[in-house]
Amino acid sequence: MDANSAVLTATAIGKRFPGVVALSDVDLTMSAGEVHALVGENGAGKSTLIKVLTGVYAPDAGTLRYRDSVVEFGRPMDAQQAGISTVYQEVNLVPLQSVASNLFLGREPRGRFGLIDFRAMNTAARALLDSYGVRVDVTRPLRTLGMGVQQMVAVARAAATSARVVILDEPTSSLEPREVDTLFGIVERLRADGVAVLYVSHRLDELYRICDRVTVLRDGRLVHSGPMADLPRLKLVAMMLGRDLEEVRRDGATKFEGERTAAQDEPVLAATGLTSKHRLDGVNVTVRPGEIVGLGGLLGAGRSETAMAIAGALPLDSGTVTVGGKRLRTGSVAVAMRAGVVLLPEDRKADGILPDLSVRENIVLAALPRLSRAGVVSRRRQDAIVATFMKRLRIKASSQHQRVGDLSGGNQQKVLLARLLCMQPKVLLLDEPTRGIDVGAKAEVQSLVDELAAEGLGVVLISSEFDEVIEGADAIVVLREGRVVAELHGADVNEAALLTALAEERADD
Amino acid sequence: MTTVATAEEQSVASGRLTGRERLASLAQRRGSIVVLALVVLIASFSFDSFATVGNAQNIAIQSSFLAIVALGMTFVIIAGGIDLSVGSVYALGGVLAAYGIQWGSLVGLLLPLVVCGAIGLLNGVLVAYGRLAPFIVTLATLLGARGLLLAITDEGSTTRLMPRDDWLTKLGQGTFLGLGLPVWITVILFAIGVVVLQRTGFGHSTLAVGGSREAATLMGLPVARNTMLLYLGSGLAAGLAGALAAAYSASGVTIVGEGLELEAIAAVVIGGTLLTGGAGTVGGTLAGVLLLRVIQNVINQIGTLSSHYQSVVSGAFLAVVVAVQAYLSRAYLRGGRR
Amino acid sequence: MTETLTRQNTRIWLRDNGVYAAIVVLVVYNLVFTDNFATVANLNTQLVQVAPILIVALGMALVIGTEGIDLSVGSVMAIAAAILPLYLGYGLLPAIGLALVAGAVCGLANGTLVAVVGIQPIVATLALLVGGRGLALVLADGQLKDIRNDELLNLGSGKALGIPYIVLIAAALAVLVFLLVRYTTFGRQLVAVGGNRSASALAGLPVRRVLMLTYVISGVLAAIAGIVATARLTASDPSAIGNLIELSAITAVVVGGTPLSGGRVRILGTVAGALLMQLITATLIKHNLPDSTAQIVQAAIIVLAVYLQRSRSGGRS
Repeated sequence: MDANSAVLTATAIGKRFPGVVALSDVDLTMSAGEVHALVGENGAGKSTLIKVLTGVYAPDAGTLRYRDSVVEFGRPMDAQQAGISTVYQEVNLVPLQSVASNLFLGREPRGRFGLIDFRAMNTAARALLDSYGVRVDVTRPLRTLGMGVQQMVAVARAAATSARVVILDEPTSSLEPREVDTLFGIVERLRADGVAVLYVSHRLDELYRICDRVTVLRDGRLVHSGPMADLPRLKLVAMMLGRDLEEVRRDGATKFEGERTAAQDEPVLAATGLTSKHRLDGVNVTVRPGEIVGLGGLLGAGRSETAMAIAGALPLDSGTVTVGGKRLRTGSVAVAMRAGVVLLPEDRKADGILPDLSVRENIVLAALPRLSRAGVVSRRRQDAIVATFMKRLRIKASSQHQRVGDLSGGNQQKVLLARLLCMQPKVLLLDEPTRGIDVGAKAEVQSLVDELAAEGLGVVLISSEFDEVIEGADAIVVLREGRVVAELHGADVNEAALLTALAEERADD
Repeated sequence: MTTVATAEEQSVASGRLTGRERLASLAQRRGSIVVLALVVLIASFSFDSFATVGNAQNIAIQSSFLAIVALGMTFVIIAGGIDLSVGSVYALGGVLAAYGIQWGSLVGLLLPLVVCGAIGLLNGVLVAYGRLAPFIVTLATLLGARGLLLAITDEGSTTRLMPRDDWLTKLGQGTFLGLGLPVWITVILFAIGVVVLQRTGFGHSTLAVGGSREAATLMGLPVARNTMLLYLGSGLAAGLAGALAAAYSASGVTIVGEGLELEAIAAVVIGGTLLTGGAGTVGGTLAGVLLLRVIQNVINQIGTLSSHYQSVVSGAFLAVVVAVQAYLSRAYLRGGRR
Repeated sequence: MTETLTRQNTRIWLRDNGVYAAIVVLVVYNLVFTDNFATVANLNTQLVQVAPILIVALGMALVIGTEGIDLSVGSVMAIAAAILPLYLGYGLLPAIGLALVAGAVCGLANGTLVAVVGIQPIVATLALLVGGRGLALVLADGQLKDIRNDELLNLGSGKALGIPYIVLIAAALAVLVFLLVRYTTFGRQLVAVGGNRSASALAGLPVRRVLMLTYVISGVLAAIAGIVATARLTASDPSAIGNLIELSAITAVVVGGTPLSGGRVRILGTVAGALLMQLITATLIKHNLPDSTAQIVQAAIIVLAVYLQRSRSGGRS
């Protein structure tokens, strides 16, 4: 088979939504038997591009060619039927149904009278998964299995539907290393069968291991496209961040000042032995006043879970959290907040903002009891607090009564920060504070965090942007699968050390 | 360092269900049958007049009409929806049967099916294609259907009788091997229902849609079309049940059916179908219906107890069953890491 | 499927203000075409009839605001109605007090099932719907009882400043609930919990407590409606009182613009919704159109209201 025959070609694709240009003049060519990496930071346009390729969105500009003819997919079903399969990061299978059912849903083998032949289905399912090296009881409901296995079933389903194009969106985010190997085995099979694979991930190791070509997107534009082997890692990272390599080395990629004298005071937050089944195993985090501690790790390492556990949003099997020397009852957000520990959640849309309510209402949400007397909220106190924080955080809105859902991502994030700061916290747990917001707002948030630390708050910072963690943090606790694998302090807080800590093989593998 | 993996970890790793998980799943699906058997057993020993052939025939025929309605409801609930209109549609079916029989039994049977089917179709279209919440849509049809019923019966004042020698009336009143014909019809329909749910692509997709509508859509299943068909089926079932009930009593009574939808939902839930959808049992619904009717019967047997206790017990039963369902659902839901 | 901006704006305007527009249209129509419409007597009659529905709808609006539903309100009315005659012998206040407590207890039961046990509101309140009326009938021995307590009868038929007490009570409650939602911590927290439960939990809100209290309030309001209806009827009739009132209440709330998906509570809209439905029924009756037409019209309006409310995702409720 001609390994270079283009299967799916996107040319000059453009897509805009009200107020934002998601894609502009993007090209992508997928060839048979080739694994193509799609790389970019959050907000680069990766998911929009995928949705255009799979018929979820219609492009505003540009053309799609599939197997030598121009196509327009009216709905996802059209793309699927044409042979383009997608495996999403969120497992899109039916949890209550068995593994075999999920594999064959919509095309179950039939027996007598046209009824489903379960024995044949189960046998075929078992054979299919065995051929991929996945050993599991196919009659089991999907939801009783680990995320990793669920992901593999999703990939197996995509592979089995004789697709010509398979798109894998962050496929390894929930996988153990052993499962990653199995997944790569499946991808190799696909490659050998002449399938064109699009591999979306930010795990550089994996990309360099399995991909033949790479396309880099940034802010909706195409930055680079070429063979994987021709692109050194540092250059790739620089392209993703949009910084000149020399600049990165010299100035730093973020607005974090970096140099902070490590306070020798008593820690404002001491979390020890945090354990929660399947999620955390004996995690320790210590933060001193004025210190920014970064939680490093890849997706699935347990960073968000650690923050949530400290904030009381995740029940713990064991472990202690001490704030200002006083021990805290775990598992209660209200208790943690009263003690001065506040959390900025990772997903502000799902867990953060109340989009239909106003800026004012969102800001005062957590502080309502403090602003009321005898159950009635004091308008005066509300006014004061809202004015203070809108000014300090430079929240851009037509007025305090504007609907939060209409604000930009950056301003929404600031509203959430205002909400937390209303509570006069001692410890700030920030989970992806600059994710999905524009450059200007990003800089403002970074400076703000620096200011807050300088004022004596303790900060725990989670960010999937290396630069933020490296430049912002005074110390980094590196997590891997729920355990602390390394702690970096002082001069060790640099990219090389972090990458090394993240990339190291597990000792007992 | 390695730690000894817990039974759960082992089970997740090996892909086999633990004993506890299996037991929980079994309890969910078959619990209602066990409870029914227990109640019947206890009642037989406690009341002389309970374990008689006559009483059994009575319970059977009284259950059959609710059962047919509940069968349609089962499928709708499994797909993640709900149909509040079945009570009104049931009454409408009865009235239409009594009305249509003047042109012969065939019309007497077809008229309710066509009209009630159309109402079910309307529900289906509004829910599946209009993307409106099933709760509200079927609430509206509940009112609309009853309005229609009032309109064709002079505001509820006309009750037509059904001639006893027409075959439709005989269908409702006849017996075979001691059990009423409607009972046999119910059994046949339920048998078909079991096969459809478990062994056909349609049943499979219904389970999938209820489990995760998004996933089902992404997998290419005809979600909208199937959803619409489910509501059509529910309307047909309610209409059929109403027609048979009218035939049984040989008259199209206008005030029946109020609250029937809630009884049907209760029966379905007690039978083990998850109200949230995605998993269910047709056989369980039958057990649920029987359980409700048996309780009613038992309370009547007690005699000294007010018949109003029947609904109190049913309500309490429902609450307990659902609480247990919620607990089981959480207890054996062990997924992977977030 | 994207809507054009004008279409979306029209829909939003209709959703928020349609009910008021409809009321205006109907009032005008009646002023022109209906005899005896603009009389005090007629006004009082209509308002007295709608009062119990409105009171129940207030509680329903709160529950729906939390993305829940309370199907048991009719049965709670019946329970309250059944309790009254049993304790009137001790005085009006004790009897009313006990009826209210009963309503609160029912609400607490609902709230516990929903917030603590985690059962879906439809099913949790369904259980009380099914069992509650039976309970009421057991309490009343299945009998309809005449009310002979003068104070209660006066409450039912008396007036102050020409306005029936019943209407004053309903109006006062509407104002109270309005203030509750707008200006109290509980009210703001309720709206937040309905809008985004996980965000509210992460913001430290006492979600469980808010939910439970919401159902308790709904129960108490239903009990008040039962007392008021009994006073008007001059008899305690647990078998019929409040029958299907949950449908009327839900209709009023939905038509009034409170979305079933929670997060927004429109008390003014609920009042308008209740008035509108009453107006429709009255108009149809006055023009000798049968009950059946009224019901069909009601049904069509519900569908229209929900269509206007339509959000991007589907779901059961």
